[in-house]
Amino acid sequence: MHDLSTAFVTAFQLILSLDANLLEIVGLSLRISLTAVLLAALVALPLGAAVALFRFPGRTVLVAVLNSLMGLPPVVVGLLVYLLLSRAGPLGELGLLFTPTAMVIAQTILVAPIIAALTRQTVADLNEEYAEQLGSLNVGPGRAIWTLLWEGRFSLLTAVLAGFGRASAEVGAVIIVGGNINHVTRVMTTTIALETSKGDLALALGLGIILLLLVLGINSTALAVQNTARRLYG
Amino acid sequence: MKQRLLYALVPVLLLFGITVGQASDRFIIVASTTSTQNSGLYEYMLPIFSKQTGIQVRVVAVGTGQAIKNARNCDADVLFVHHKPSEEKFVADGFGVKRYDVMYNDFVIIGFKNDPAGIKGMKDATAALQKIAAAKSPFASRGDNSGTHKKELSLWRAAGVDAPKASGTWYRETGSGMGATLNTASAMNAYTLSDRATWLNFKNKGDLAIVVEGDKRLFNQYGITLVNPAKCPKVKVADGQKFVDWVLSPQGQQVINDYKIGGQQAFFATASMRARR
Repeated sequence: MHDLSTAFVTAFQLILSLDANLLEIVGLSLRISLTAVLLAALVALPLGAAVALFRFPGRTVLVAVLNSLMGLPPVVVGLLVYLLLSRAGPLGELGLLFTPTAMVIAQTILVAPIIAALTRQTVADLNEEYAEQLGSLNVGPGRAIWTLLWEGRFSLLTAVLAGFGRASAEVGAVIIVGGNINHVTRVMTTTIALETSKGDLALALGLGIILLLLVLGINSTALAVQNTARRLYG
Repeated sequence: MKQRLLYALVPVLLLFGITVGQASDRFIIVASTTSTQNSGLYEYMLPIFSKQTGIQVRVVAVGTGQAIKNARNCDADVLFVHHKPSEEKFVADGFGVKRYDVMYNDFVIIGFKNDPAGIKGMKDATAALQKIAAAKSPFASRGDNSGTHKKELSLWRAAGVDAPKASGTWYRETGSGMGATLNTASAMNAYTLSDRATWLNFKNKGDLAIVVEGDKRLFNQYGITLVNPAKCPKVKVADGQKFVDWVLSPQGQQVINDYKIGGQQAFFATASMRARR
């Protein structure tokens, strides 16, 4: 119980003191996770929409695979990316292992299926409303994808936020491909793991509280933007 | 639509640019163990080296087994771990140039205050383990192929107890790092084997305390090895060698001796002793 109350005190002391180390770690966490989510969204939004709109052989299988990949264990993704980026691996030449870029790659792989699967469902639902209209206008496939993504933008924001939640919360992948190197690849979740292993449970939980507040802040901002946009253009 | 895409790309490229930009400093990667990282030694020692040489040292701290595996995959320039037989095999297999003794401390058996196996104060580590096994008192093992885990297994062998056979009953393999295993031991009132430095720096001691120490067989030797460029052409030989030389130099050895946790010396440098001989 003692650690629980100390954790809150520690969290607020850390926030109030604007500890330089903490700012560095928070900054790196945000940069990595936001980059990963943006990259994943660029691929996953059109992909999810395409799977929703077009009939092709193996489509049902692809949908099942996409949905299953939402449950990819981070540690497996970490291992896979490690083996790819290792100097002994096929992409070793790039020298990316134990860098923030490696962490972005791992998180992108983790997040893309979530965004794609949720997008597919959203766009499939929308398509029932719009299919006739789009058909009568005889629009091309690219235009159809774009239109439905645009019409579904408010719901799709939730899909992207779900991806961000996954990226900012996972530790299994980034600790393997990043190595938790101080001042280079140490992020919020790996710091929490490290402090836990040092037995400093109050500090670890305090950092957890800060991470939650950060994610809350980002989600609130996104919702505020969404509401404003809905009022102006909806 | 194209314009929109371009606008969407700008922040991505910016973020990516910053992220990638960081990786281009002059640095080496040292594959090392959680025990040295959790002890806080690196945070004390590495800034001194980096300031003198301009070489940043990036420590990837995992169990000794995984550290050696990483180095075998050429994902490190220097190996800094604590299981001499594995390190010597690493060199014999051609992956390391040469292994040097750096420093030592010792392992201690940690136990709960009420000491159900009645081993507190014993000086004979294997006899203590025999009593733990006889009493079937919970024992938390690292179970992760780390240097500490290998040491623990060799102590069980010396004690003539097949502890892993009891896995899942009184012998519990956590499969995690030293700190996590200490947390587990603390929560389930178990005995465990820890290196002294991690124990000293561990904050969640609760009702745990050192019960057995001082047996010669609890000696814990750390060694350093430059990864062999013949096997791994990408190894940063010059900077890696500089780090090895510095750690073994009188100054590096002094820095190791100077590192204290709560007033207690955590590691004892051994390389300068070797040089004097």
